[in-house]
Amino acid sequence: MLSNFISYILQGTATTIAVTLIALPSGLLVGLLLALLHTYGGKVANRFAAAYSLLMRSVPPIVLLFILYFILSGNLINLNEFWAGSLSLGIVSSAYQMEILRGALLSVGSGQMTAARAVGMSRLQAIQHILLPQALRLAIPPWSNEASIVLKDSSLVYALGVPEILRRAQQLSATTQQPFLAYGTAALIYFVLVFAVNRGLDYLSERTKLPTHP
Amino acid sequence: MTDSILEARKLTKIYGSNVIFKDIDLKVAEGETIVIIGPSGTGKSTLLRCMNLLTKADNGQIFLDGKEITAPDYNEDQVRQQIGMVFQNFLLFNHLTALDNVMIGLTKVKKLPKEQAREKAMEELKRVGLADRADHYPGQLSGGQQQRVGIARALAMDPRVMLFDEPTSALDPELIGEVLGVMEKLARDRMTMLVVTHEMGFAREVADRIVFMEKGHIVEEGSPDDLFYHPKHDRTREFLWKITELYGKKEKEAGGNP
Ligand SMILES: Nc1ncnc2c1ncn2[C@@H]1O[C@H](COP(=O)(O)OP(=O)(O)O)[C@@H](O)[C@H]1O
Ligand SMILES: [Mg+2]
Repeated sequence: MLSNFISYILQGTATTIAVTLIALPSGLLVGLLLALLHTYGGKVANRFAAAYSLLMRSVPPIVLLFILYFILSGNLINLNEFWAGSLSLGIVSSAYQMEILRGALLSVGSGQMTAARAVGMSRLQAIQHILLPQALRLAIPPWSNEASIVLKDSSLVYALGVPEILRRAQQLSATTQQPFLAYGTAALIYFVLVFAVNRGLDYLSERTKLPTHP
Repeated sequence: MTDSILEARKLTKIYGSNVIFKDIDLKVAEGETIVIIGPSGTGKSTLLRCMNLLTKADNGQIFLDGKEITAPDYNEDQVRQQIGMVFQNFLLFNHLTALDNVMIGLTKVKKLPKEQAREKAMEELKRVGLADRADHYPGQLSGGQQQRVGIARALAMDPRVMLFDEPTSALDPELIGEVLGVMEKLARDRMTMLVVTHEMGFAREVADRIVFMEKGHIVEEGSPDDLFYHPKHDRTREFLWKITELYGKKEKEAGGNP
């Protein structure tokens, strides 16, 4: 019975990981685009990105999730709960990832752009070859934090009926009458996942660190 | 005149309501080393940045090899390849080794094949005496070494003109000499150079012409002898006197002039 219990919740873990692996990169893509628009775009692009960020970060993720879900699984676009939920989570995260990348681009500094332009690079080349490689390095630690937030927030898609860890834990709690065991297991799994992600990204940050001493 | 490589005509730059400089005329002839001096906040950096179109001038024209590069729709990236620039704070690409700093313009802008670019970049590093530091990152180099890589990076593009914006003023006194040494060698090889600096030893020994700028105007220009020994304007005399006083000490610490 215990092995059934565990395998049931582990299937939920796979779903949680899948949701996160869709949400994080899609949020990164949108966030990166917005960060570039905000930092290097014209006035209109800058305003748009700033408004987007403000709006997304001022509404609780669960509320946004419902709104986005009804858009993404509506008449125009019709995705299933899993995809609609994952992408919605990604869109919510994009605002936070935008802020992380914007901060990283700012701390790389405008001098690097100047130097790149001075050797004849276009703005796009400068961003691609000079700014981003440095900004992404700087972004790893705060991004690691956002990655664990998205991992934990993936539990929100529970509300859409996606059978991830929390939803399965709740079902188990109801059927086995063992709420502590069910939710305790869920908590433990989240903890292990978040721990692994943070450790992995710490390692990446260490590996990509630029040498400063001879 | 057509024998000037780089020429500014009636160049004006305004930030908001702040006129940085107005109607500046400046001609740089082939092989000439011009040193620009002047108090800080006078617009020297802004002038250099206008010359390679990093900053847009509000009025006036700039010519490179007789072609007006301030003409609308002129390819600015093309222009900057031909005008090398060296910055006060080096501005090396921090995520790249010395070699890659010098190479990246060759591979990404000039689109040279990797091997050819590497060879050329190594040559330039040798030219500034840093072949043995090729695989070091900027964070592993001294300020003087970083600045020499900065010079090599600009030289690698085979520019028509080199602009230097106070290339030694962020350096510890003992590191200034190595950078000035490289620049002096360049000048001897008849590289065309426009140098903003307060190193009066360099100006006196190396410059063909010195331009004294103040409050957005060129007050006086002439040979080092003229400016140092027969300045026409009191302001020039006062400034030179002050600057020699101020920087003379630093030069001594640096172990004399190159
Ligand atoms: N991007 C800018 N926006 C507004 N003012 C500027 C900008 N860059 C320079 N300035 C102003 O232009 C003037 C000249 O600056 P600069 O060219 O750096 O002088 P210098 O190099 O001779 O010390 C200064 O008063 C400075 O504050
Ligand atoms: Mg300056």
